[in-house]
Amino acid sequence: MVVGETVDGGGRDALGPERLVWMYTQMYRIRQFEERVKSTFTEHPGTIRGHTHLADGAEASIVGCIATLAPGDQVLSSYRCHGYPIALGSDTKLMMAEIYGKATGLCGGLGGSMHLYDPARGFLGGSGIVGQHLPHAAGAAWAAQIRRRGEVVVCFFGDGASKQGAFHESLNIASLWKLPVVYVMENNRYNASTRSDQEDANAAAGEPLSTKATAYSMEGTTVDGGDPVAVHATMVEALARARAGEGPTLVESLVYRLSAHGNLIAPPGVPLHYPEHEAIAIFGNRAEYESALRGDPVPRFRHRLVTDGVLGASDADALEAAAREEIDESQRFALDSRLPEPDSGLAYVYA
Amino acid sequence: MSHVIPYVAAIHEAIREEMDRDERVLYFGQNMATSPDDPFLQAFGPDRVRVTPISETAEIGMATGAAMAGYRPVVELYMAEFTLVAADQVVNEGSRFHFMSRGAVSVPMVMVAGYGFTCGWAGQHTGSLYGMFMGVPGLKVAMPSTPADAKGLMTTAIRDDNPVLYFHHYLLLLTEGEVPDGEHAVPFGVADVKREGSDLTIVATGHTVHTALAAAETLARRGVSVEVIDPRTIAPLDVDTILASVARTGHLVLVDQATRHASVAAVVAAEVAELGFSSLEAPISMVTALDSSIAYSQPVEDYVLPDEHKVVTAVEKTLGLAPVPA
Repeated sequence: MVVGETVDGGGRDALGPERLVWMYTQMYRIRQFEERVKSTFTEHPGTIRGHTHLADGAEASIVGCIATLAPGDQVLSSYRCHGYPIALGSDTKLMMAEIYGKATGLCGGLGGSMHLYDPARGFLGGSGIVGQHLPHAAGAAWAAQIRRRGEVVVCFFGDGASKQGAFHESLNIASLWKLPVVYVMENNRYNASTRSDQEDANAAAGEPLSTKATAYSMEGTTVDGGDPVAVHATMVEALARARAGEGPTLVESLVYRLSAHGNLIAPPGVPLHYPEHEAIAIFGNRAEYESALRGDPVPRFRHRLVTDGVLGASDADALEAAAREEIDESQRFALDSRLPEPDSGLAYVYA
Repeated sequence: MSHVIPYVAAIHEAIREEMDRDERVLYFGQNMATSPDDPFLQAFGPDRVRVTPISETAEIGMATGAAMAGYRPVVELYMAEFTLVAADQVVNEGSRFHFMSRGAVSVPMVMVAGYGFTCGWAGQHTGSLYGMFMGVPGLKVAMPSTPADAKGLMTTAIRDDNPVLYFHHYLLLLTEGEVPDGEHAVPFGVADVKREGSDLTIVATGHTVHTALAAAETLARRGVSVEVIDPRTIAPLDVDTILASVARTGHLVLVDQATRHASVAAVVAAEVAELGFSSLEAPISMVTALDSSIAYSQPVEDYVLPDEHKVVTAVEKTLGLAPVPA
């Protein structure tokens, strides 16, 4: 296994115009990718099996974080894992083919939507069980601590995972050992279909979830995850702390997922699709969802870059068109690819 | 050349030699290396040897993460039951990653735990739980019965590129035996014939290998020749050696400290019933723990466990011999 070849996010530099445009480009690519995954359910029924989880709404947070990374840094995530490898430079053709279960997929169709891996780009994978990858990140960070090359591990997870024992055990030991890890909690306000204030003591008390860091004597901070520049600034501090041997940080990044938790869970024979967001489907709160849509971080960041004169409107249109074309091509590649040979199911059981 | 050391020292000898040989080997767990005089800490330093909190999920999960990042962690879990606290990390994380990534990542790690501490530890610390792990794809399970195998299997476990559960038996820790000098690696998936015989085959694991050997010795005095096979690893399981033995003896008795339906015995019985049925001259007999928890008080503990007398009785029945009064 080759690790340590992460695409250089250039994170140690200040955010110049080029970097800001790069960030918007990645955000837009992720959005296009996720919308294409979603539309596959209706346009190519039966192509995607099982369960997928989309990152639409979290693009600013994802890209703001990834933009701070340097070669050798590593990323782990939950099963909502499409956005990180895109920003890290994974090939969207191979990713779409994986989600379509094809032999040409990133993992040959053996992993699927929840289990993307691209270690050559620093992406150590998505674990499908809530919160169980947090100790993996601590272990990878222990490895980075031993290597003494100033490398950092960034671990993404949802607010729901912060109620798992794995979260608490990992933060305790990460702080105790001063591990170079940044735990990024994407708080999208819902644990699947349960509202945070129904299942989180801090949320019920009206406190930020980053409060949990206090229990482990580590830095905890809350940031607007819809603002990639704010996320970037927060992460630069957290990474500097980690690289300096001053230990981990819990970053609570406030995002709003614009799709439901995942596609419909149904037995074979029932067409799969994305139901309405839980705010509407379960809580009848259309106003909340529509407000989130109005704050959509992707058009919001475009507007900011255009208004600030960083990106011309026609340049923005052009990069968006290029991203759409890329995702068109990725989808064509995935649709045209063959399914894996059945006996590949025995080829990778043991290393 | 060899030297005589206890089983527990053989385990540590292997870990120490592998840490000397390969700086990627890490060793950590609860209640270890807490004193600066700790020999592992002294030899390898605090980067590679660390004490952890009582956090099995974090310990096994961190071993997984460190392994994915290129190291070879050995995590000391003390008791087999403690793996249950972190069951997801044992059976549903690291063991899947090589497969799900189509080989892009691998997870070379060793989880060390003792089992079967049947000397008054009562219901929650005496289990023989290995059976529940032997069918987990991607996971290997080693169960040494002698000091030589304890060293050789640990060496192989550390060098293996997959997650390995290494189950040592608590009642064997102080048992002394010869261990080859220098590098000693016992291959996985290769059973060892601990005693040759021609009338009946016994397959046993861990501590029950010694129960079976004692029974074989007793039976030998009556002219009955028993072969005793120790699979040494139950995943992978060397079914071929067992089938070849049964083809010669025609009789099979399985001895196992686990409860009947969660035992290695049940799996071996099924394999031989499917693949070696024509060799069998009598039904297969299983001498396992009775289907109960282990009691605190000794007579009750003894009652449910396999012992030499139960094994001898099973052999007599299988061979159609008249029982000999004790």
